[in-house]
Amino acid sequence: MEIEGEHHPLDEYLRADRIPHIWCPGCGLGTVLNGFLHALEETDIDLKNLAIVSGIGCTGRIAGYINVDSYHTTHGRAIPFATGLKLANPKLKVVVISGDGDLFAIGGNHFIHAARRNIDMTVICVNNYNYGMTGGQLGPTTPLESKTTTTPYGNIEHPFNLCHVAHASGAVYVARWTALHARRMKDSIKEALNKKGFSFVEIIASCPTTYGRRNKMPTGLDTMKYYKEKSVIKHGIEPEKADIEIGGEIIVGKFVDIEKPTFNEEVEKLIRRFHK
Amino acid sequence: MMRLEAKKMVATGDYTAAYGALLCDVDVVAAYPITPQTIIVEEFSNFVNNGITDAEFIMVESEHSAMSACIAAQASGARTFTATSSQGLALMHEMLFVASALRLPIVMPVVNRTLAAPIGIWCEHNDSMPQRDAGWIQMSCEDNQEVLDMIIMAYKIGERKDVLLPVMPCLDAFILSHTVEPVDAPSSDEVADFIGKYDPVATLDPNNPMAIGTFSPPEYIQELRYQTHVAMENAKKAIRETTKDFARKFGRDYYGLIEEYRCDDADVVLATVGTVTGTAREVVDELREKGKKVGLIKLRFYRPFPAEEIKKIAENVSAIGVYDRAISYGVGGPLFIETRNALYGLDLPVLNFLAGLGGRDVVKGDIEKMYEILLKAKKEKPEKEIYWIGTRGVSI
Ligand SMILES: Cc1ncc(C[n+]2csc(CCOP(=O)(O)OP(=O)(O)O)c2C)c(N)n1
Ligand code: SF4
Ligand SMILES: [Mg+2]
Repeated sequence: MEIEGEHHPLDEYLRADRIPHIWCPGCGLGTVLNGFLHALEETDIDLKNLAIVSGIGCTGRIAGYINVDSYHTTHGRAIPFATGLKLANPKLKVVVISGDGDLFAIGGNHFIHAARRNIDMTVICVNNYNYGMTGGQLGPTTPLESKTTTTPYGNIEHPFNLCHVAHASGAVYVARWTALHARRMKDSIKEALNKKGFSFVEIIASCPTTYGRRNKMPTGLDTMKYYKEKSVIKHGIEPEKADIEIGGEIIVGKFVDIEKPTFNEEVEKLIRRFHK
Repeated sequence: MMRLEAKKMVATGDYTAAYGALLCDVDVVAAYPITPQTIIVEEFSNFVNNGITDAEFIMVESEHSAMSACIAAQASGARTFTATSSQGLALMHEMLFVASALRLPIVMPVVNRTLAAPIGIWCEHNDSMPQRDAGWIQMSCEDNQEVLDMIIMAYKIGERKDVLLPVMPCLDAFILSHTVEPVDAPSSDEVADFIGKYDPVATLDPNNPMAIGTFSPPEYIQELRYQTHVAMENAKKAIRETTKDFARKFGRDYYGLIEEYRCDDADVVLATVGTVTGTAREVVDELREKGKKVGLIKLRFYRPFPAEEIKKIAENVSAIGVYDRAISYGVGGPLFIETRNALYGLDLPVLNFLAGLGGRDVVKGDIEKMYEILLKAKKEKPEKEIYWIGTRGVSI
């Protein structure tokens, strides 16, 4: 839809023919997309040199809306696709944007190994505590006692603390924000994009339709109010101390920012050793 | 499990599939969600939640794990059930072979959905048909009543000692999975009486330890393959007998592996699969009214393949067409390949019609076109075998 004489500053980043998007009112994904595009605008990244990869899910739709080379892969496999891109074309800036289920349930294995190898890519996980797209089932980040379609009496499975997983697996940059922290989220994404190595940003979003309604937050606004009340910024905290519990503090901030040779650098080193 | 009275219900294909599993008193369900299947396991989880069944419902993190959990549960003597579609089935592929080789009669409805790329959610048979060689019995359903009846028969056929194979009843995405139809559901007592208790040949038992699926040298594997092959052949007899028993008990006859419609004096016949069959039946009636001698074969089973049945019909007609909703690139539709193989040595044109891929509607006009081509082939030798109906850039 075009409004005559109007031009949104981010229009050039979007595939206008794909808009309107599929997301529900009150969904946090629009905020994440917005934050990502603003962060991108503030970097020197050449759009022609950027590839965005996502898996399947509501979050996975993001790749399709951004007007750069994008790959909407199969469920769970965004990171292996992205790894292939990066290894074949090391100059490419590679970004993965996907959901908690996609990156940490069906695709969990790939995440830990890409982080362990320190593949130079940015992974943004939109954590909405459930499988949004398939109707709100329990996922690997669903907090204990939460209600989902598959946990009607409350979840009894211990969830992942994604930032802890990223840190323990070897990520060089780890940050967490909620979709309420629009500006800080943007700043972190920008830092992650500029970081060399495996950078990870978790964004805790709202999913009123399939998660919120079952957990006393029927609207996106309810979720934002809850995040406002519960979020505490603690930069530099050990990620393992930032577990998420229902009703508890949501610790956000930049947790990890270290230097480590990337996989591609190690490959180059190896080649140099044999081509002296 | 609670006793369920016989009833008439108005239900989607997905609900019906879940209800079928409930009636068969399954012990374990392991599942991972995927559109358009999700509702099957979601409805089943409601039955568990509401105390209607005491089955175990296991949530896993992928379809590969779902099938793995079912295999282990079935190996320990439980009757198991799961469901999937498209990408989920593709991810399960590895474990499908394990289930059949271990001779575990797991039942898993597959809601046929197109397989990526590109991503789509609508009906295509290119998810289940590539599982052809996995050793699963595969059947397709035309309506929701058939979904229920096939699930009941799936347990009966699969659990027979001369078969012992897993079974995959297939239903078309959305056209059945999400469409509401009247369905006659028998009582749980009647179903229990019909399928009996699952009586495994061997089970995992801590008091009597046994290893399954262990490393096997070449001295053993070939005979195991042969036995599974024989089991699939035995399944034909099992299917013929089971549909007869089913008709006697429940009053609905599915006539073995295929159904014939107005084939007796037909000049040409078309073989169809899944929901397109209903549309084709109407077209047959209309063409018959115009004096055209056309007939229809409903291919219910893909594995085992009803070669003998088709051959018997083909001997009396002058052209046969096969409708496929999947393609084996460079060769033709999977059902066409099977049919031509079954008719080897007979001298008649066997043509293939591809339509409805990716979920495109197949309408009466498309099927009329197929019959038109077949009737022409009766008179003059057709110039090609494969016809892409309603495909942009392809002329017929
Ligand atoms: C192999 C496979 N299994 C299942 C699915 C169905 N499926 C699509 S999205 C999804 C879960 C998505 O959850 P998440 O990654 O958290 O994304 P969200 O929708 O919450 O953003 C599932 C199970 C699939 N596409 N492929
Ligand atoms: S289901 Fe949840 S995550 Fe998906 S678009 Fe709706 S609100 Fe967003
Ligand atoms: Mg999610």
